Amino acid sequence: MNSKIPQGEMDKKWEDYKGHVKLVNPSNKRKLEVIVVGTGLAGASAAASLGELGYKVKAFCFQDSPRRAHSIAAQGGINAAKNYQNDGDSVFRLFYDTVKGGDYRSREANVHRLAEVSTSIIDQCVAQGVPFAREYGGLLSNRSFGGTQVQRTFYAAGQTGQQLLLGAYSAVERQVALGNVTMYRRHEMEDVVLIDGIAKGIVARNLVTGELERHGAHAVLLCTGGYGNVFYLSTNAMGSNVTAAWRAHKKGAFFGNPCFTQIHPTCIPVSGDHQSKLTLMSESLRNDGRIWVPLKQADTRKGSEIPEEERDYYLERRYPAFGNLVPRDVASRAAKERCDAGYGVGTTKMAVFLDFADAIKRYGRIEAGKKGITDMPEKDIVALGKDVVAEKYGNLFEMYAKITGENPYEMPMRIYPAVHYTMGGLWVDYELQTTITGLYALGEANFSDHGANRLGASALMQGLADGYFVIPYTLGNYLADEIRNGAVDPNQQAFLDTEKLVAERINKLLAIKGTKTVESFHKRLGKIMWDKCGMARNAEGLKQAITEIRSLKAEFWTDVRVPGEVNEMNPELDKAGRVADFIELGELMCIDALDREESCGGHFREESQTEDGEAKRDDANYAYVAAWENKGDSEWALHKEDLSFEIVKPTQRSYK
Amino acid sequence: MEHYHMNLTLKVWRQKNNKAKGSFETYKVKEISSEMSFLEMFDVLNEQLILEGKSPIAFDHDCREGICGMCSMHINGQVHGPWAQNTTCQLHMRAFKDGDTIVVEPWRSKAFPIVKDLMVNRSAFDRIIEAGGYISVNTGNAVDANAIPIDKKKADDAFMAAACIGCGACVATCINGSAMLFVGAKISQLALLPQGGPERESRALNMVAQMDKEGFGNCTNTYACEAQCPKGISVANIARMNKEYIGAGFATEEN
Repeated sequence: MNSKIPQGEMDKKWEDYKGHVKLVNPSNKRKLEVIVVGTGLAGASAAASLGELGYKVKAFCFQDSPRRAHSIAAQGGINAAKNYQNDGDSVFRLFYDTVKGGDYRSREANVHRLAEVSTSIIDQCVAQGVPFAREYGGLLSNRSFGGTQVQRTFYAAGQTGQQLLLGAYSAVERQVALGNVTMYRRHEMEDVVLIDGIAKGIVARNLVTGELERHGAHAVLLCTGGYGNVFYLSTNAMGSNVTAAWRAHKKGAFFGNPCFTQIHPTCIPVSGDHQSKLTLMSESLRNDGRIWVPLKQADTRKGSEIPEEERDYYLERRYPAFGNLVPRDVASRAAKERCDAGYGVGTTKMAVFLDFADAIKRYGRIEAGKKGITDMPEKDIVALGKDVVAEKYGNLFEMYAKITGENPYEMPMRIYPAVHYTMGGLWVDYELQTTITGLYALGEANFSDHGANRLGASALMQGLADGYFVIPYTLGNYLADEIRNGAVDPNQQAFLDTEKLVAERINKLLAIKGTKTVESFHKRLGKIMWDKCGMARNAEGLKQAITEIRSLKAEFWTDVRVPGEVNEMNPELDKAGRVADFIELGELMCIDALDREESCGGHFREESQTEDGEAKRDDANYAYVAAWENKGDSEWALHKEDLSFEIVKPTQRSYK
Repeated sequence: MEHYHMNLTLKVWRQKNNKAKGSFETYKVKEISSEMSFLEMFDVLNEQLILEGKSPIAFDHDCREGICGMCSMHINGQVHGPWAQNTTCQLHMRAFKDGDTIVVEPWRSKAFPIVKDLMVNRSAFDRIIEAGGYISVNTGNAVDANAIPIDKKKADDAFMAAACIGCGACVATCINGSAMLFVGAKISQLALLPQGGPERESRALNMVAQMDKEGFGNCTNTYACEAQCPKGISVANIARMNKEYIGAGFATEEN
């Protein structure tokens, strides 16, 4: 595997790369076409930036507007090594924290670049009018997030993703107005088109009319997000899917570390079989909320009725240094451990408490102090404290109340881990190019920066880093040689052949006319994945899962019922194509999880743990990126990119 | 929270495509849990329809956590249903009781043509943004983020305006089909921030012109938009838009 990491000192690599990269002259940029699939943070920032440079960009999204991409739902914040708080932060620390937080399974050079450009992202977003939270002096506010000991997270209440996405969306719409970007709404990429092994365009489906369209370009960028919906229940949007990445994988793009899944510790628990998705409660809540379970098993009392001495603040107990702010993987496993041991709360007993009572009192006392009142009655202190908490987390508390019907200002929230993010994705080199020449993957769709566990507030950072500040340089390095090739004709044979195969697949799905709905298959796949390839995995379970998924796949292709016609708006047909791909991906995830006989980050192999139940890495045998090559139906070959750590020497992660 | 189950009658607008004639169809759903979301109840209905060999109902939805702005149902005459400051996806079935009949229609607006069933085309909003809902700053041009301190009150007001999710409920609920809350929110956000200063006048003029061109109606101050906005966007933003627009008009005449 050639990861194309530049030579030289870690902190000079990106600077040197930029200094020597090939450039495309402005008059030639106009002749070069780029396809961007997906309009979330990575896609919108890439499409806007490339449009600004003068490339002709075609952007595709399956939603009715590019502003709907699921980046919009990110709540807590975005990291940047600005050190505005003077608390010891630096590019090096952000780099270090991210490599350590990723449990030493990410590529150092990529992570360092990410930390370097992080500061420019904040500048860019503020210039676009993104309304980040500010202090009274008018300067930007920061908060801390899990896995770090500095305050480097910029935020806009609990709507940071929304504000960043709307910033990128406005930038891309400006390029639409200028004629540099053409937007294809309600379109889904069905396949990538290769000519002599090089990506030259895509076949997309117009979801309104059902028509297939052929689009040629000099390069194709997949900015299509993660694949958490392979678990059926996740915090992803209903439409989030792996299809674009998966079709590229089947055309030759290697898939990196597919089993690396992030289970976010603080989500609203499942309430019943009808559940269609899970809702995240931002990790920022752990800054002020304390996580606990009753000391007694199967305690049925309300949280507010359990006295202090009968509570187990298990994160504070197990990890005194980081307490409630341990990284996500650690917090999630600790919650599972308590619930599995019988200490869970709520009707399903698969939940723990996230309690704000202490924070409300603490803030109330501070507010009383500001007013110079020393003998304020408790209830007035609580009222003042609630106002402060409402200002910080109001929208999250409202969301919780709407979903559960409970008031989190009065009763502790019930939370449980849920699938949230996938660190795995298409394997890319330092230039974000996949193993298919001309095909790039950005943001969550690639595997590169987060290793085996992503730190909070780093997904927004990576999506925007890739789109605003990395791809404009690295893509030029490739396109500089493409100027000789002229426009790509979408009527050549390779396009027609790909379109034909896509049409055949769609017609096949419609022709099955079986007895079971797409949704029912998706739910069954999700259950297999959650039970056997979820927060804890073991060899026996993974082997069973692989067998079960193979038979599910066979059943899907003989018994699924897809209603409607091909030439109309048909959401069930769209979903069928996506679920078919999720089934195949699920199998690969289990194969990858089985192959990796170590625990690292979000990947917890029960066979590999320390005496006190912490994840145990095996650097001697598994310090590599698993890059899987598809060899046909249920067949893959493993390629390894060995990870070398020049700067951050791997140690057993400790947050104690 | 007390849980219960209910049987419901649904009257849903069905329309095959933009050209076809639509009509209401009546459906029954049974054993719906009060803990379900409204869209999960629709999932149940659609599963039922598919198994009966009928065509499932097309509706827009994506994040199902009230932020993407895609869901858009007109429920019993109210956009996004009976709860205040809420999206359809966040409406939960405990808002209803056993035996209820629920009427569900798509957004009603000339500027939002129906795509299918409950889905409409809101690309007019994108075109309004294209007309000026941005700050012209290319990637790489920015100064240090803390170089321009911004009055916290103004920053907070800008944030409140920026909370708009672009769902179009304001248009759908307005007797005039006016998009002024949507447009006013964007103009306000950028007018309140110093970064938005240089393009302030052209932005107001161009966005309003595009809004008119798309066929949205005028504002007659009923305030229904604010009352029904899932994010509680204030009509003060419309006043600010008018101020910006009039100000820009004078400025243009001076030039």
